[in-house]
Amino acid sequence: MLERALTGNTRYYKLLGTLLVFMGLGAVAWLTQLDRGLTITGLSRDVSWGLYIAQFTYLVGVAASAVMVVLPYYLHDVKAFGKITILGEFLAIAAVTMCLLFIVVDLGKPMRLLNVLLYPTPNSILFWDMIVLNGYLLLNLFIGWNVLEAERKGTHYPNWVKPLIYISIPWAVSIHTVTAFLYAGLPSRHLWLTAILAARFLASAFCSGPALLIILAYLVKKYSKFDPGKEAIDKLTTIMTYALVISIFFVGLEAFTAYYSGIPSHQFSLTYLFFGLEGHRGLVPFMWLFAALATAATVLLLKPGTRANEKHLLIACGCVFFSMWLEKGIGLVVGGFIPNGLEQVREYAPSIPEMMIVLGVWATGFFVLTVLYKIAVSVKEEVQA
Amino acid sequence: METNRRDFLKIGGVCALGLGSLPVLNAVAQNVPKIMDNPQALTAKRWAMAIDVKKCWEKGKPGCKDCILACHTTHNVPDIGTLKEEIKWIWTEKYENVFPGFESGNEPHDIREKPFLVLCNHCANAPCTRVCPTKATFKRADGITMMDFHRCIGCRYCMAGCPYGARSFNFRDPRNYIKTELNPTFPTRERGVVEKCNFCEERLAAGKIPACVEACAAKALTFGDLEDPSSEVRKALGAQYSIRRKPELGTLPGVYYII
Amino acid sequence: MKIYDGKYILIGLLVFVGVITFPIWFNLGKAAPPPEPKLDTPVIMQMAQKQCVLPREEMRTGHMQILNDWRTQVVRNGKRMYVAADGKTYEMSLQNECMRCHSNKTQFCDQCHTYAGLKLDSTPYCWTCHVPPKETK
Repeated sequence: MLERALTGNTRYYKLLGTLLVFMGLGAVAWLTQLDRGLTITGLSRDVSWGLYIAQFTYLVGVAASAVMVVLPYYLHDVKAFGKITILGEFLAIAAVTMCLLFIVVDLGKPMRLLNVLLYPTPNSILFWDMIVLNGYLLLNLFIGWNVLEAERKGTHYPNWVKPLIYISIPWAVSIHTVTAFLYAGLPSRHLWLTAILAARFLASAFCSGPALLIILAYLVKKYSKFDPGKEAIDKLTTIMTYALVISIFFVGLEAFTAYYSGIPSHQFSLTYLFFGLEGHRGLVPFMWLFAALATAATVLLLKPGTRANEKHLLIACGCVFFSMWLEKGIGLVVGGFIPNGLEQVREYAPSIPEMMIVLGVWATGFFVLTVLYKIAVSVKEEVQA
Repeated sequence: METNRRDFLKIGGVCALGLGSLPVLNAVAQNVPKIMDNPQALTAKRWAMAIDVKKCWEKGKPGCKDCILACHTTHNVPDIGTLKEEIKWIWTEKYENVFPGFESGNEPHDIREKPFLVLCNHCANAPCTRVCPTKATFKRADGITMMDFHRCIGCRYCMAGCPYGARSFNFRDPRNYIKTELNPTFPTRERGVVEKCNFCEERLAAGKIPACVEACAAKALTFGDLEDPSSEVRKALGAQYSIRRKPELGTLPGVYYII
Repeated sequence: MKIYDGKYILIGLLVFVGVITFPIWFNLGKAAPPPEPKLDTPVIMQMAQKQCVLPREEMRTGHMQILNDWRTQVVRNGKRMYVAADGKTYEMSLQNECMRCHSNKTQFCDQCHTYAGLKLDSTPYCWTCHVPPKETK
């Protein structure tokens, strides 16, 4: 099937070429980082994780959200999702690839990466995260590939794939739960030390992932002969809307507990994010942009007319994806470090090379995604014809 | 020759005894290299430190940084020169930062304004060792939270885990930033690893007390075995009221502050 | 027998063989001088019996393994003393013990490491952290 990735029209090659340019720029920036160290980033001894780990966290959510099409199709026999499960699974592959790359670029000593396997440490959540992420990548590769192959041949996928599909459902939940545990188990990082963090992660994942999937399905429909189907998009929109509202609700819960209890240490990070602390307001505009976009998305999605109007739906999806990125992909990770363990405010802003590396990894992910979607769409077109 | 069962068992028994005694022989014999503890080493069940802040302020000379200088010289700690990439094993902070949430604003002037020494707490229940994915930072049997610079992958999870800001990361090659005289008996660090106070484990192994304790002319720092009732540190803690940083987190720090 | 596109295949093969054998003919007749690690440091000169922690042959082939084992014992197990077969004790420390006798890093370590094609001072990366003794040229 792989050969379908090698034939395509000019638009396909132009897209891959553009992505390659960004990947190249990212690679150059990463080589600089390998040569000079993480000093080229905006990270500091106080905010020791930044954009890289934040992207990682956000993308774990996007990867996990594949379950939102897999679960209804395989457990509830929602036929409408049959056509797009492969899009969800291939999106998961691309997202997990980006997650792993973001971990690698974040390491101070990437050449020692395999120490994690050489000295397995079950008491470290990072060890488990490595296991669940790689497992999830393999699961989706096996499932997606075999199901698509079977579809191409006009047969049923092999029986041994079925258990893998069932395993992949709780596994998807596990990857984001374990990723939340990375944060939720740390003493004295009060923004993260909350029992609902995993639930928050899953809720925001189940709206940001479907949002991206709806946009991708629209692009697939526009540029190929394969139509994922209106019903599937409608159902995804419903899922996304619920998840978005729950996400916003969860953020509200955090605010209530912190501010009504009156415990200062529980408020500092939230105050820093939304109002600024001791005159430091670096993330305030981003957080209010999140609030505005999330509100806009909610209003749009609750209006019955939006779902009927493709353009409005896409705008809503864009709002959801970007607002959740601001909340989780910036605010949550960076905000957890501010103030630091000594209650001093040391702010963080990513550097230009750091952003280039981030862009490079995103480009790599979309390169993988483009190639996989090209294969999937070609097969679907052949089967249709 | 005819061998009956009795003889067979006898011979077998002797043979088994011979084989079994092989390790004993090996240990007695001087022909195999052995690895042992240094007999001069200072040992403890749990190393701990008490910092008498009044002694530090009253008996120390104004602006005294003897302990910091001694530590940073002993361990080739670089001076990067920026807040962002600062590397420090022992340093000073104000009361409100060392004991956040404790401040009332009505403390004596000295408490509010004078410097408090901070360093790795060598917690009994250390979050940093709990989160490290490679055991590059780990607890020794004597309570020291140890760093294995050869194994650290630089993921900085320990820095997120440490509630005390005790850990520093080598964002760049530290070699060119060692402003003190290079100590040729201790290594420097490489770019990309995390470092922190090691309670001078290399000095303890050679029978010496930590460099900061030794350097303090005011005798404000007491070091010893927390499990030994006759140790200096236990005597100091038994005589005066002391507090630890963020006790509510359950990390059980090994550094005490006598206020 | 006819080979389709034979011309291109042959040219391709020739280029491949050329590239793959490049190191051989590039270095032809330029044999690097064999390494001569020097043992003439002041400390070694004064030794009555010039004996390392293990016999020379074992040190030559296994010093990297020994250093790694020592590292593990010291850093992770807190054991710092090494009692050699002849009963002599050593501190298990590259920087403080090995280099006490072998105080000539450039003439001792680097000789073989350079000959073996290792990148000076970065593979093995001992000296990015450990401080070698000062040498007078």
